[in-house]
Amino acid sequence: MTRHVSLKSAINEALDQEMARDPKLLIFGQDTAGGVDAGGETDTWGGVLGVTRGLYTRYGDRVIDAPPTEMAYVGAAVGAALSGFPVVAEVPFIDFMGVCFDQLLNQAAKMRYMFGGTAEIPLVVRTMVGAGINGAAQHSQMLTAMFTHIPGLKVVCPSTPHDAKGLMIEAIRDRGPVIFCEPKYLYETTGPVAEAPYAIPFGQAHLAREGHDVSIVTYGPMVPRALEAATQLAETGIEADVIDLRTLSPLDIATVLKSVQKTGRLVAADEAHPRCNMATDIVAQVTRQCFTSLKAAPQMVSAPHTPVPFSPVLEKAYIPGAEQIMAAVTRIMA
Amino acid sequence: MQHTGKTDISHDILLSAYRRMKTIRTFENRLHEDFKAGIVPGFTHLYAGQESVAVGICSHLTDQDQIASTHRGHGHCIAKGVDVMAMMKEIHGRQGGICKGKGGSMHIADLSKGMLGANGILGAGAPLACGAALADRLEGKGHVAVVFGGDGGVNEGAVLESMNLASVWKLPLMFVVENNGYAQSTPQHRTTSVSSYEDRARGFGMPAVTVDGLDFFAVYRAAGELIARMRAGGGPVLLECRTVRFYGHFEGDTQRYRPAGDVKNAWEERDCLRRFAQTSGLSPAELEAVDRDVEQLVNASVQEALKAPHPALNELHDGVYVSY
Repeated sequence: MTRHVSLKSAINEALDQEMARDPKLLIFGQDTAGGVDAGGETDTWGGVLGVTRGLYTRYGDRVIDAPPTEMAYVGAAVGAALSGFPVVAEVPFIDFMGVCFDQLLNQAAKMRYMFGGTAEIPLVVRTMVGAGINGAAQHSQMLTAMFTHIPGLKVVCPSTPHDAKGLMIEAIRDRGPVIFCEPKYLYETTGPVAEAPYAIPFGQAHLAREGHDVSIVTYGPMVPRALEAATQLAETGIEADVIDLRTLSPLDIATVLKSVQKTGRLVAADEAHPRCNMATDIVAQVTRQCFTSLKAAPQMVSAPHTPVPFSPVLEKAYIPGAEQIMAAVTRIMA
Repeated sequence: MQHTGKTDISHDILLSAYRRMKTIRTFENRLHEDFKAGIVPGFTHLYAGQESVAVGICSHLTDQDQIASTHRGHGHCIAKGVDVMAMMKEIHGRQGGICKGKGGSMHIADLSKGMLGANGILGAGAPLACGAALADRLEGKGHVAVVFGGDGGVNEGAVLESMNLASVWKLPLMFVVENNGYAQSTPQHRTTSVSSYEDRARGFGMPAVTVDGLDFFAVYRAAGELIARMRAGGGPVLLECRTVRFYGHFEGDTQRYRPAGDVKNAWEERDCLRRFAQTSGLSPAELEAVDRDVEQLVNASVQEALKAPHPALNELHDGVYVSY
């Protein structure tokens, strides 16, 4: 049965179904239940924005509230996963990854390789990404590219409730560490989601809209903006392919190349800062691999090279939207 | 806590402990020579001098108990039963290395032996050991975890956060402070705000014991009591072992920062192996037999390592992901 549910609920449902399937699966995080033993109601929070709400009530001590010490509990998640207990750990905002980065950069990502291919670390680190809710400089970043750079980690960033559920289930069943980036700006957007569990394989981009004039390649919170741009462009007679990458590592570059070979024009968009982000990576790969298919220089759409500002007016100016994508398409069609 | 001299430890355990301590010493002495000769790639940190700590503790552990180690990890590996031949091949970066030559001295691991890895990042083993100890607690079979750290490294935030986490989660985890007096070249009083790590442990609500780490019997007895307490569900503990580093922080360290005569004194007056030999009650013949075996083993390990082929170049790409 398929219902319309929010992206946040879709993730909750994936966690719920996987907790029911695997009795060894654990969930760690800050306030994952919220208020346990505080004297009042329990399970009032479900993490800072409520994604895990209800799971403590259903799964008890397998849903573990950790002290606000990301280094210790993310590292403990790595150690528990290495010791046979798969873990979904929440680092509330990707901005907080600086606190626990060593455990992901030097431990989780490298153990399998350093140990001669013996280690399995079934770990998902859930974290929120992106601007748009006035979170300011330390609660709004899009640091996906930093993790994509690191061999040994997989990086996921869904844009729809359907993808969020299927990719989360895939992430939990993966035998290695996955950084699962949740676009918090899209938490309340709804879409059709099948109730029964399903997994979406990593490394398969989704063609979210089909056209023939230009390829718009993006992921996460930029996907609805790209679709909005494509809708408006269609009114002017320009038909765009919109490719939702869904996973940044592994990356489905084949789908991107196929699209660009068809359209001859590439606009790559990322909400991240403009240097060394997914857009620069896509442009580099396309330019190298299908240069002769290109009818014009590829265009990039990114946030500026500044921290995320607090002022709602400045934040709106910071976030690249449909307008910037349309402008890039106009440039490339000229 | 004072624990000295002979105990009721069985003959088998004594002989096995001596074998492991002597293996560590011989292994490290050989690496010191071979590094000087320029035949060992990379850089390496030797454990010689501290053998009674690793062996005194690991003598109480099974393959199901897990340890997290440090950059100075060879001793922990040998004490935990990791294969010496495969270790030497690993340190030489050869095929047949315990990590296929991909890890090297600072990343030796053998998960089948409960050895979660040496670690190039100070303090990083503590959070990992918390996870291993959580798995032990959830499995409920009485297994425990041990994390080793030096007097400098245990000041890392990762260790302090882990002490707090281990206490609030009541984890069967022992924090071992191997206090050899130096964080690389910096003396302990300049790195650490307290003179006894027991004070640290108290701050995190866990019991702690300090022992003379050069006295195998003191380490063995104290570790035994603390590990038994953990196996019975008593939560985390800390054991500080006051010990000595025979060689430099890394090979090539001249150690001129140590007071005149300190290194000589360590070798001549503060040798845990000699102390063990004098007090264990094992006969000279028994000790010499072990010495001969160990010498042969280490010699063979170097010969085999130097004969072993380098990794095939296609190994470069293997083992990054389980699947990708």
